[in-house]
Formats: sequence, structure tokens, C-alpha cells
Amino acid sequence: MNSAPGPSREMAVNELFRRVLFLPPQSSTMAPEIDHLHYFVISTTMAGAAAVGLLAIYWVVKYRARGSLPSRTEGAPTTPAWFELMLAGGLLSLFCVWWFIGYMQYVRLRVPPANALDVYVSAKQWMWKFAYPDGQSSIASLYIPTARPVRLLLTSRDVIHSFFVPDFRIKQDALPGRYTTAWFEVKEPGTHQVLCAEYCGTGHSVMRAQVVALDPSDYARWLAAGNSTGVVGGLGEEPRAPLAQVGGVALAGPPDVDPASEEEFPAAHLVDLVRVGTEAAAQQGCLRCHTLDGAPHIGPSWAGLYLDRVPLAGGGTAVADEAYLTESMMDPLAKIHAGYAPVMPSYHGLLSPAETAAILELIKSLRDVPGRTSPPAPVRAATSPAGAIGRPYPPAEEPPLVAAPTHAPMPPPVEQGLPPPGLQPNPLPAGPIEARGPEGARHVVPSASADGGRSQSPSHPEEPTP
Amino acid sequence: MTAPAEAVPAPLEAPSYLQVESGLWSWLNTRDHKRIGVMFLATVTGMFLIGGCFALALRTELLTPNRTIMDATTYDRMFTLHGVTMVWLFLVPSIPTSFGNFLLPIQLGARDLAFPKLNLMSFYTFVLGAAITFGGMIAGGTDTGWTFYAPYADATPTDVVPVVIGIFTLGMSSIFSGVNFIATTHLMRARGLGWSNLPLFVWTIYGTSVIMVLATPVLGMALALVGLDHALHLGIFNPAVGGDPVLFQHIFWFYSHPAVYIMILPAMGVVIEVVPTFAHRRVSSYVAVAVSTVGIAFVGFLTWGHHMFVSGMSTFDAGVFGIMSMFVAIFSAIKVFTWVGTLYRGHIQVRTPLVYFFGFLFLFVFGGMTGVALATQALDVHWTDTYFVVAHFHFIMVGGSVTAFLAALHYWFPKMFGRLYDERVGMLSATAVFIGFVLTFLTQFLLGNMGMPRRYYSYPPRFQFLHVLSTGGAWLLGGAVLLALGNLLVALRWGEKAPPNPWHSRGFEWLVSSPPPKHNFSTTPRLDFSPYDYSMTEEEARERAGVG
Repeated sequence: MNSAPGPSREMAVNELFRRVLFLPPQSSTMAPEIDHLHYFVISTTMAGAAAVGLLAIYWVVKYRARGSLPSRTEGAPTTPAWFELMLAGGLLSLFCVWWFIGYMQYVRLRVPPANALDVYVSAKQWMWKFAYPDGQSSIASLYIPTARPVRLLLTSRDVIHSFFVPDFRIKQDALPGRYTTAWFEVKEPGTHQVLCAEYCGTGHSVMRAQVVALDPSDYARWLAAGNSTGVVGGLGEEPRAPLAQVGGVALAGPPDVDPASEEEFPAAHLVDLVRVGTEAAAQQGCLRCHTLDGAPHIGPSWAGLYLDRVPLAGGGTAVADEAYLTESMMDPLAKIHAGYAPVMPSYHGLLSPAETAAILELIKSLRDVPGRTSPPAPVRAATSPAGAIGRPYPPAEEPPLVAAPTHAPMPPPVEQGLPPPGLQPNPLPAGPIEARGPEGARHVVPSASADGGRSQSPSHPEEPTP
Repeated sequence: MTAPAEAVPAPLEAPSYLQVESGLWSWLNTRDHKRIGVMFLATVTGMFLIGGCFALALRTELLTPNRTIMDATTYDRMFTLHGVTMVWLFLVPSIPTSFGNFLLPIQLGARDLAFPKLNLMSFYTFVLGAAITFGGMIAGGTDTGWTFYAPYADATPTDVVPVVIGIFTLGMSSIFSGVNFIATTHLMRARGLGWSNLPLFVWTIYGTSVIMVLATPVLGMALALVGLDHALHLGIFNPAVGGDPVLFQHIFWFYSHPAVYIMILPAMGVVIEVVPTFAHRRVSSYVAVAVSTVGIAFVGFLTWGHHMFVSGMSTFDAGVFGIMSMFVAIFSAIKVFTWVGTLYRGHIQVRTPLVYFFGFLFLFVFGGMTGVALATQALDVHWTDTYFVVAHFHFIMVGGSVTAFLAALHYWFPKMFGRLYDERVGMLSATAVFIGFVLTFLTQFLLGNMGMPRRYYSYPPRFQFLHVLSTGGAWLLGGAVLLALGNLLVALRWGEKAPPNPWHSRGFEWLVSSPPPKHNFSTTPRLDFSPYDYSMTEEEARERAGVG
């Protein structure tokens, strides 16, 4: 919709190829160059297959047996080895050129620019949920500004899903218990369909959403309005329009999914993810071992940890990015920070994806807090983390250092986040899933559990915005 | 080398394997590799028809964006059944267990496979596996897709366990047959038959068997773990209980990518027998075909990660798997050069198997090169899990393996049953198969480009036009296959009697009568020459082999 043939000849050729190949509009900054490689590869492929087929037919016509077959034939040449090697070598070089260009593009497609806007994407059967570090969240509609890279941090609450925007030429699996990333930058305002590309059950084909790209000024207004519904003036949306009509384009999810999801998920709350993360970290006991001010304690301090290079026990280092931090929460013994005892329990099933995201945001917010000492503190040098946010740290509660972490890795209910037992021809398992939401997994739900009743969106307690 | 077998006439008088015994029990309890091969052939062809019916039902459902003839859960089970049936009940066993079984001993100059009882056991294990799988399907089926991706396979409300047990059993059958073929190739070759004049069909069956024996246990392991995960909630692949879903994908594709070569290598073997026969000249480069067969069997094990470029794999790993995929493609390309080169300056007779070869050639080259395109990472991000991938692997599986299976069926039909089919109907159906196929799947490449994800029950209306075209092609393809099989069934009963060597091939299997006698050769032949040597007349070849 936004790639009308331009004046230049190059754009016209691009447009011709795009239409012949039925490719969708090139709406992201990466899309045109990926398509150029696509044209090159597919033209070569088609030409190669046609050339081989035509050569075979030509030889069949030319060398067809005339009259009766000879009882013996002489002198049929064999292909000389050098010729065969030359053909194979030439073809391999062509493939390597494809590989080289494709790999370079792939690396750029996978590594987001530093100034990207982060959005947390949480998938579940069968909907997409988006949460912004500065307070918004929305269901099935991802609002983003144009002309700015957007990095998605994807995770899933149940099975594997895949976030696919054909107009952007991006796709990334959302895996339960992990974060994966994808990024894109949209050139012009508009609406783009999101499809789930990894089979995830009965509702797979209706697990759709949309990316709504707004002018930076509209985006700022949307952000300021604090609500994803009916605030975006410029787009002519009706407030609370059924999803299928949002944006005025025949896009987005089917009507049968939407109403329940809106009841289940309040579309937007103004919640500061860092604050939610601080509360979650306090509730879950993270702060019994980790400090927020750089003071040494049982575990590494979170101050200045984000994107720092962490020395690992057993050699090597790791960059403390989202992936490493998530892994350290879910599988703490996988990569242990050198100098610390391997005492941390797994928080798999104890932290919801939303809480994990919030804690990540907390850690990221502490990136510039000074005080992370390069040589890690000895294990026993535990002093009271005076500056820790959240509840004070009663020494009496200090856990034994060697074993028995405060939170034994309790096995969460197996069914957590999994689909309902009975098949539902027309999806949305609101009831059954909600009935055994993550509270079952959380054995300690202290006072601040504002989200107690809202099992589906634990990271967005209904609290007024500060 | 010692006593050169004097021309012993008379083998032609021996009753054929079809006539030597009669009665149902003589078939069910046979150890004769030819009869077991025919039983396998009938069974896998039946499976192919069942899988094809599922395919037509799926295509019919996709005529409209929403419900056409079935609901979403039925659709999900149906595409699982289609995949499971076509992959494990048809494509993997198709050519090796039927034509491989029938021809491998004859091409080696042997009386039978090394382990005839194991061969029969492989057949019954296959039947048992098929029965369990279909039992599981009838009892409710499963909706995971043939890939059984965790943790969905853990979570699905349908029961994956019977289907998984069925496929596990089918894997045992694969391993039995593979071991048998490997042992036979090593131990049962006639005098003079070495690795440098082994028929190339034997080379490909041998390479296939090696992959079957090495890779199938990994599949068995992965499926057993999925079954246990689902039934007992062990959580091996379920992150909610500490498992790793991506681990499943690694294990699964470690089998399933080599499995692609299990399906396509025998097809390449068929083609390299068909082309020299109808070109009446030697293979343009024997060594290249043999070496590339081994190359595919080896490098095929190192490329599985290209199925997982968007699963969160590191960019470095993706680069390595990408470049390995380029190498495996080169071995296939060498085979293509050899097939085409074998036409050059030949004396070419166009018959039905050769018509299938032309279709195969275009479909395999285009399908294979789109495979290389898919291994180009930046493009794969857009294409993976869309109809582009579906179209690509159907080009290889259907355009390659099924076309070669039909070519083999026509090529060796006179050898197996001693009858000739109607050549005009044969060529007509071969052409219709090609046209139907292209219409069905070329449109699916375009659907993939548009961004149509696979395994979608309902889809946005903008995809409908291409879906309708594809469904039309599928019906044409189905009709063409029925026409081809009907032609052969008619020939089975009413066809003209075939001479021993109707195509004037020099292949070793054509040295014996059609259909062959029970023990193939009355005396062990001496096969110290090439099966592609057309500088000898047929009579000279028979004399040299000592079969009269």
C-alpha cells in the first residue's frame, strides 16, 4: 500500500518483480533489500530449472532413435571430470554468493540497532499481547512509531508461536520460558497484519493481530493518552471497535476471538514496568540475594549488570542481555557468575512471562547505577543491602548460604499455561485456562499481589498510575 | 573366475516366481524377496492412495477462506494424518521396500537377500506399525502435524501416543530392511561385481539403507520421549516443567532432514536406471553418481539446523547450517548433470518412464534450488512455515519421489508381472501428472511469497484465488494418478505378454526372464562388466554373464 511505483526505473523494476512474485508491500526498512535478493535467487532458480529441462528436451529431439534400435552403440562420450568439477564449482560459487548475501542480511535482521524501542510480546493460545516499558499494554494491536527501530522481546505462555509480519519480512518464534528478539523499522504510517506462523492448535489460523504504525507525534499522543482505545485521532478509529475493523482495513483477528479477550485483558493499564518489576522481585525473594545498589551479596548485584560482560564459573564470559538474564532466572545453573555459589533455584513456572519482563526492565533500569565491583564479592561477605528497594531486609531471614535456597524450586502445576483438555472447535479457552492460572504456581503471594484475581495479566495490576 | 559357467540354456523354462506356488498362504509365508517386494508394493501403493485422499480433502477444504467441508479440529487431524501417512507409510518405505526388495538381489546376481526371514519380518512389522497408526487415527487421531513439535505435542488434547507407537514400529521395519540391504550388498554380490560396476540403483539403495540404520533410532528416541512426555508428563520437552522445546526440534530434524534423502536417493537411483536404458548409452559419469550418493548420505546429516533459523538459534550456528546446506545441494546437482549428460548423443526412445523423467527433472531441479534458496537465511525468515516451504518439499517429495515411483512402476512393470501396459495411456497420464502437479504447487510458492502460513484452517480472503487454482491442480493430479494406476491394473490382467527385455536394457535385472523364476538365476552369473555397457549386444551380455 505504500510502495507505489516511483519515478525511477529501478523502483519500477522492483515493483514489477514484486507483483509477479505476489510479494506483499515492502513496509519495513529491511524489506526492499531482502526482496532484491529474493528476485536474484528466484530468477536464477527458475532459469536453471528451465535451462536443464529445455536442454534435456532438445537432446531428446536431436538424438531420438530413428528407425530400429542399433543392437549395439559405440562411442557415447562420458563427461570429462574437469568439466564436471567446473560445473559443480561454478554452481557452488553461485550458492555461496547467495549464502553470503543472505547471511549478511540475516545478521542485520537479527541484531537490533542500539536505539530501538523495546516492546514485550507475549503470545498465548490464541492471541498476542504487547507491553511497553513505559506503561502501555494492548491486545492484538501493536502501536509503534514510524522511523524508529522497534525491538520485540517475545515469549510465550504456553506452546511455541511465531510472530510473522509479511509486510516487514520478519518472523520470529516465541518460545515458552525464553526470550527471543526481532526488530523492524517501519517507514510510513499504516496497518500491517500479524500472523502466527508456528502451528499452535485449533485456533492457530485465527491467532492474528496487527501492527499499527503511527507518526511519531500520533504515537506520543497515544502514549500520553494512556489508553489504546479511541485515542488515536489521526487514524479515524472508532473507540473499542471490534478487532476485525480496527484500522479500517480488512485485517486483524476474527470477531469470534476478540470479545472474550477484551474482557479478559483490560486493554491497557498505565503501569510502570520497572515498578512492577521491583514489586515482583521483592515478592519472589529475588532481593534476598540480589541488591539493586551494587552492594555485594549472595548473588550478583543488579546494578550495572545489564549488558555487562559477566565472567562465568568455569571460564569464559557472557553478555548479560535479556537472553542471559532470562536463562539465569529459568535455568540458573547453566551459566554461573564466577565467584558466586550455585545456590539459586529455578524460577521456571514461578515467574509469569509478564513478571519476567518486568524484572528484566528493572535490571535494565539499573544499568547506569554505579557500584558493580569488578571482582565479585566473596560468597560470605554478605552485608545488609541497605539501599535495596522494596521491603527491608531482615537478617533473620537470611537463607543458609550453601543449600536450601529460600525458594525451593517448587514444581508448578503441569497444566500451567496449557490448553484446555477438551477440544473446542471454536477457540478461546478463556474459562479453563483462567481457572488454573499462574497463582497456583506462586506459593508466596504476599500483600502486594494486586494482580491476584487477574491471572491472565499478572504484570498489570489495576493501580492508578503514578 | 574359475570354471566359466558354460552357456546353460533352460532357465527360461523355470516357472516364474508368480506361478511356482499358489494360494494365499504361499504369499503370506513367503521368503522370496520378489513376493515380499510385491506385497510391499501393493501395501505402500494403498497407503499412497489413502494419503492422497486426505490431501484432496484438505485441498477441498481450502477452497474457501472459512469452513467448506470440515471443522477446524478435523482439518488439523487430517493434515497430521496426511503427513504421517505420506512420510512414514509411503515415502520412506516406498521405493526401497518394493523395488529395492525386488531388484537388489537380481541386480547383484544373488538368489535372495542375505536374511530372507528378516525381510518377511520387516513386512509384518510394517503392517503392524501401519495398523497401530491407523488404529490411533481412527480412535481419535492427533492434531500435532507430522512434526510433533513440543510442547504442543505435550499439551494437545488429542492422543499422540498410539500414532507415536505406530511410527516407532514402522521405524523398526525400516531398520530391518536397511540392515538386510547393507548385508546383501556386501556379501551377496556375484563374481566380478565390485564397487566400480555395481548398478547405480544398488548404490542408492545402499546409501539409503545406511541413513535408515543411522538416523531412524534417533527418530525412535525423539518420538518415544514425546510419547512419554505426553502420557506421563515427564516434561523433557515441556518448559513448564523444566524441559526444552527446542531440543526436540534438534533431535527431530536430525532424523527428518536425512529422511528427506531416504525419500529422494532411491528416486535418483530409479532415474539413473531409466535414463541409460532409454538413451541406449552408458551413464555419462558413473563415478560422479556413486560419489555424490555417498556425499549426500554423509553431508545430509549436518544440515538439520536450517529448519530452525527463526527458533532462536544464534546467528553463528545459522551461518554454519546455511553453508552446509549449500554443499549438500552440490551433490544433487552433480547427479542432475549426469542424467542430462546421459541423453547426449544417445539413441533415445521416448516411453512412459522417460516422460516421467522429464517431469522429474524440472520438478527436482526447481524444488532443489528452492531448497537452496530456503537455506539462504534472510529469505528463509520470510518463507519458513509458509506455503513456500510446503511447495518446496512437495516439489522434492511429490515431484521427485512420487514421479520417480511412478516411473519405476512403469519401467519395471514388465519385469515384475510379465505384461506390457498401454503406452499411450501411460504417456497421457504422465503428462497429466506433471501438469496437475505444477498447477497444484507452483501456486503454493506464490502463496508463500504472499505470506500464507502453513497449517491454516481459515485464511484471509486475499489468498483465495491461488488456493482455488491449487485445489484444481490437486484434483487433476489425483485423476492423473488414478489413470496411471488403472492403466497398470488393466495391463495386469489383459496386457500383452512382455518379452524378457522389452526396453533392450543392459541392466542386470533384464538378464533373467520376465517375470523372473523363483531363484532368479539357475547358476550364479558372472557380472564382471558394466550394466550400462551398450557396446555389447544383448546376446553378448547374456553370454558373458553366463545366463545363456
